[in-house]
Amino acid sequence: MKVGIPREIDRQELRVAATPKTVQRLLKQGFSVQIESKAGVPANYSDEAFLEAGASIIQTAQELYASSELILKVQPPTSAEIDLMKPGTVTLSYLWPAQNQALLQKLAEKKINAIAMDAIPRISRAQKMDVLSSMANIAGYRSVIEAANHFGRFLNGQITAAGKVEPAKILVIGAGVAGLAAIGTAHSLGAIVRAFDTRKEVAEQIQSMGAQFLTVEIEEDGSTDSGYSKVMSQAFIDAEMALFLEQAKDVDIIITTAQIPGREAPKLVLDYHVAAMKPGSVIVDLAASSGGNCVLTKKDEVYTTSNGVTILGKLDQLPHQASQLYGNNLCHLLDDMGKAEGFKIDMNDDVVKRAMVTYNGAINWPPEPLPVSPQKPKATTDTHKTPEKQAAKSGASTAISLLIIAVLLGLLGQVAPPVFMGHFTVFVLAVFVGWQVIWNVSHALHTPLMAVTNAISGIIIIGGLLQTTDEWSSLATILAFIATLVASINVVGGFFVTHRMLKMFKK
Amino acid sequence: MITGNLQTAAYLFASILFILSLGGLSSQESAKKGVFYGIIGMIIAILSTIMGESVQGHAYILVAIAIAAIIGIVVARKVEMTSMPQLVAILHSFVGLAAVLVGYGSFINPGEAHADPEFATAMERIHLVEVYLGVFIGAITFTGSIIAWGKLEGKIMSKPLLYPGRHAINILLVIITLTMMVLFTLDAGLSQWTYLYIMTAIAAFIGVMLVMAIGGADMPVVVSMLNSYSGWAAAAAGFMLGNDLLIVTGALVGSSGAILSIIMCRAMNRSFISVILGGFGGVAVASTKEMEGEVTSITHDEVAELLKESSSLVIVPGYGMAVAKAQYPVYDLVDILRKAGKKVRFGIHPVAGRLPGHMNVLLAEANVPYDIVLEMEEINEDLPETDVVMVIGANDIVNPGAQDDPGSPIYGMPVIEVWNAKKVIVMKRSMAAGYAGVENPLFYKENADMLYGDAKDSVDKINMALRR
Repeated sequence: MKVGIPREIDRQELRVAATPKTVQRLLKQGFSVQIESKAGVPANYSDEAFLEAGASIIQTAQELYASSELILKVQPPTSAEIDLMKPGTVTLSYLWPAQNQALLQKLAEKKINAIAMDAIPRISRAQKMDVLSSMANIAGYRSVIEAANHFGRFLNGQITAAGKVEPAKILVIGAGVAGLAAIGTAHSLGAIVRAFDTRKEVAEQIQSMGAQFLTVEIEEDGSTDSGYSKVMSQAFIDAEMALFLEQAKDVDIIITTAQIPGREAPKLVLDYHVAAMKPGSVIVDLAASSGGNCVLTKKDEVYTTSNGVTILGKLDQLPHQASQLYGNNLCHLLDDMGKAEGFKIDMNDDVVKRAMVTYNGAINWPPEPLPVSPQKPKATTDTHKTPEKQAAKSGASTAISLLIIAVLLGLLGQVAPPVFMGHFTVFVLAVFVGWQVIWNVSHALHTPLMAVTNAISGIIIIGGLLQTTDEWSSLATILAFIATLVASINVVGGFFVTHRMLKMFKK
Repeated sequence: MITGNLQTAAYLFASILFILSLGGLSSQESAKKGVFYGIIGMIIAILSTIMGESVQGHAYILVAIAIAAIIGIVVARKVEMTSMPQLVAILHSFVGLAAVLVGYGSFINPGEAHADPEFATAMERIHLVEVYLGVFIGAITFTGSIIAWGKLEGKIMSKPLLYPGRHAINILLVIITLTMMVLFTLDAGLSQWTYLYIMTAIAAFIGVMLVMAIGGADMPVVVSMLNSYSGWAAAAAGFMLGNDLLIVTGALVGSSGAILSIIMCRAMNRSFISVILGGFGGVAVASTKEMEGEVTSITHDEVAELLKESSSLVIVPGYGMAVAKAQYPVYDLVDILRKAGKKVRFGIHPVAGRLPGHMNVLLAEANVPYDIVLEMEEINEDLPETDVVMVIGANDIVNPGAQDDPGSPIYGMPVIEVWNAKKVIVMKRSMAAGYAGVENPLFYKENADMLYGDAKDSVDKINMALRR
C-alpha cells in the first residue's frame, strides 16, 4: 500500500504528518511511503532526511494524491485537495466533524474514507493514538513558556542580596492533558500554581503535579462518561465566576484550557475578570481555536488590553516535536488497523467505527456515545458509624480477654508449684520482650533474622549437654549425643551463614 | 567447675546478649555487631553449661560439637543465596529433632526430684506434660521442616496436596493427642512409652500434612511458622529441664517467627489460619473480569533503547529472578545505568521470594547497595514519577486486580503499583498465571509491554545492547 504525505496548504500549519522516524516505522509496517517535496521544511525536516529514511519524494500534490491509497495529513483536507483524491482513499487528519458538516458531505460524495484523528475515543486502548492528548501536552507546556515570555518578571521566588522577588502566581483553568502539562511546567519553573476544574476526580492529579486545587462549594460533579467535562448549572457557574474574580485580582497569569467537544469553548474569563487583573498580567487562551475561554481573546493574535493585560490567542506549536508525536499517533492507529498487509477497515472496532466519520459514501457522525470511565463502586453507606462501634467493641473484647487471662493465671497459680510459676513468669516476659524487639527488625533483614534465630534456637544444645552421661551405651546418652550434634550444626551453621549474609549488605 | 549461682548469672548474661543480637538487626549497620553478640552469648551459654557440676561425658560432647562445627561451617560456606530458604528450613528441622530427643531424654531421666514433698506429684505431672508437649511440637517442626525443605528444593511437588476430609482428620488427631496426654500424665492404661511413641508418630504425620497442603508461594509463611515452632519447642525443652535460658531464648525465637508469619500474611491480605489450612491457588480461579486491551510484547533492543532514553528506573524482582539466578546480570544492568547518571532503585514486596527478606539478600549478594533497595510502601509513592519499571519474574505482587477487582481472589492484598509508572516492562517466561492462578490485568495495560524469556538471558541481552 502506498502512503502519501502532502505538504500542508495552510501557512499557519507548521507541522507535517510524518517525520523521518515515523517513515521508518511505516516502512517497517510494510507500507511504501511517498512525501510531497518540502512537506517537512516548516518543521525542520529536509527532503534529504526523508529520502534517507526510505521515502520517495514526489514533486506535486496532484501526482501524490493520484498515486496514494492512504493520505496522512494534519489539517482537514480542503475541497481542492479532496478533488485530487481517488475514490476509496483513506485519509487520516484532523477533521473537527462537529463543526465541519459541509466537509463531511464533500468527503462522503467523493467516497473518501476519512478518519478524524480528533474523534478517536478516549478509551485506554486508544491513548497511544490520541492526537488531542499528545498535542495538548505540547500546548500546555508552551502556554507557560509563552506566558513567561510576555510576563516581564521571574516566575520563581528568589531572595537575593538586592532584595526579595515574589514568585508569580498562575491560575490554570481546566485540568485536562494540557492543563496538567501547564501545571507541571509552571510548577517546575517555580511559580505558585492553582488549578480549577469542574471534575472533582482530578483534584488528586492536580495536587500530584504540584498545584493547589480550587473548587466552589457546590456539590456538582462535571465528569461525564466520555472523559470530558459537561456544562454546569447556573448556580455553579455563578459561584465559579465569583471565584475567578477573586483569583483574577490575585494571580499574574491565567491559562485557560477548557473545551467541550463539538461545541464552542465555554466563556470563563469575562471582561470584568480581565479588568480586575493587574497591569502586566498575561492570559493564555488554549481554547482560542474553538472560540476562546476568554471573551476578549482574538484568535491567532497576541495583544494587550487597555489595562495592560496581554492576551495570547495563538501559540507556537513546536512543529518539530509535534510532528513527531502526531506521526507516532498515526503509526499506532495504522498498527491497530492491521499494518500494510492486513490493512482493514473494521467498523466493529470501537476506535475505528467512531473515528471513521465518512465511510463508503455515507456520513458516520455523530457516533453513539461510549461509556468508558469504569464505574467506581459507590462507597457503602455505613462507614461513618463503624469506627466508634468498632472501638467500643475492641475495647470490650480486650477487657474480656484480659479477664480470661487473669482467671486462667489465677487457676494456674492455685495448682502449680512456685518453681513452675517462676519459669512461667520468665517465659511470658521473654515473649513480650521478643515481640517488642522483633517488630523493629528491618524488612530487608528478615532472612538474616531467620538465620540468626536458627542459630540461637540451637540453644537447645543445653538440653543435650545436660543429659549426656559418662555411660556411652545408655539410651539417654545416645539421644543426647545426637541432640547435641544437630543443635550444634544449627548454632555454627546459623551464625556463620548470617555473618556471610550481613557481610554482603553494602551501601 | 562453676556453681549454680554463677551459672544462672552466666545464663542471664547470655539472654541479654541474645536480645541485643536480635535488636541489632533493626539496621544494616548494627546487624554485624548483633551477630557478634549472639556468638558471644552462645559461647558463654555452652561453656557455663559444660563447666557445670552435673555435666558428664565431656568427651562425647566435644566430639559431637566438633563434628557439628565442621558440618555447619561447610554447609554455611557452600550454600548459595538462592538456596537460603532450604537451609533455613533444614536448620529448623534440626531444632525440632533435638527437641524430640531432649524430650525423650528428659522422660528417661527426669533429674532430681523436687525437694518439697508437698508439690512432688504436681511437679512430676507438670514435667510429664512439658515432655509431652515438647516432643509434640518438636516432632511437628521436624517433619514439617523436612517437607518444607523438600518443596523448596524441588524434591517434592510444590502444589498443595489436599484431600477431602483433611480438616476432620486433623481435628480427630488433635483430640486423640490430647486424650493421650491426660492418660500419659496420669500413667493410666497403656505404658507411657507407648503413648509417647504414638503421639510422636501422630505429630510427625501432622507436620507432614500441614506443609504438604501449602503451595510454593505461601512458603514464606510456612517457613516463618516453622521458625516460630522451633522456638516454642526450645522453650518447652527449657520448661522440662527447668532451664530459664532455654525458656527465654525459645520465647524470643518463637515470637520472632510469629511476627514474621504475621507480616507475611498481612502482605498477602490473608489470615494466618487460611494459609495454614492451605488450599489457595490449587483451584484454578475463573477470572471474574473480562480483560480488555491486548498484550503487547517488546524486544531486548527496544528495552535497551527505552532505558537509554529514560531517567529513572525501578526494578521489581520476584521469585523468577531467584530461579533464573539473574541477580548478577541485574546488578550489571544497574551499574551501567547508574554510571550513565540514571536513577535506579529496587522495589521489594514483603512476600517476594520464598523467604521473608529473600530478595534483599539476593541483591546484596550481587553487590547491589542496600540504600537503593526500597520497601513496597516507600517505592509506591514514587512510581508515578518513574519512567520505567522492570518487573523481573514477579506476578501476583504487581497485580492491579488486587486493588480494583473485588472479585479477584487476591483482592485487598497490598501490591506494588507499577502501572502508575510511565512504562512497565514485564519479564516473564510465558503468559501463564501467577501462583495464585489469577489473571493479571497489568499485562493488558496500555503502558505495559511483555519481554518473554529466561530472566537471566534477557537481562544479559539488554546489557549487551546497552554496552553497544
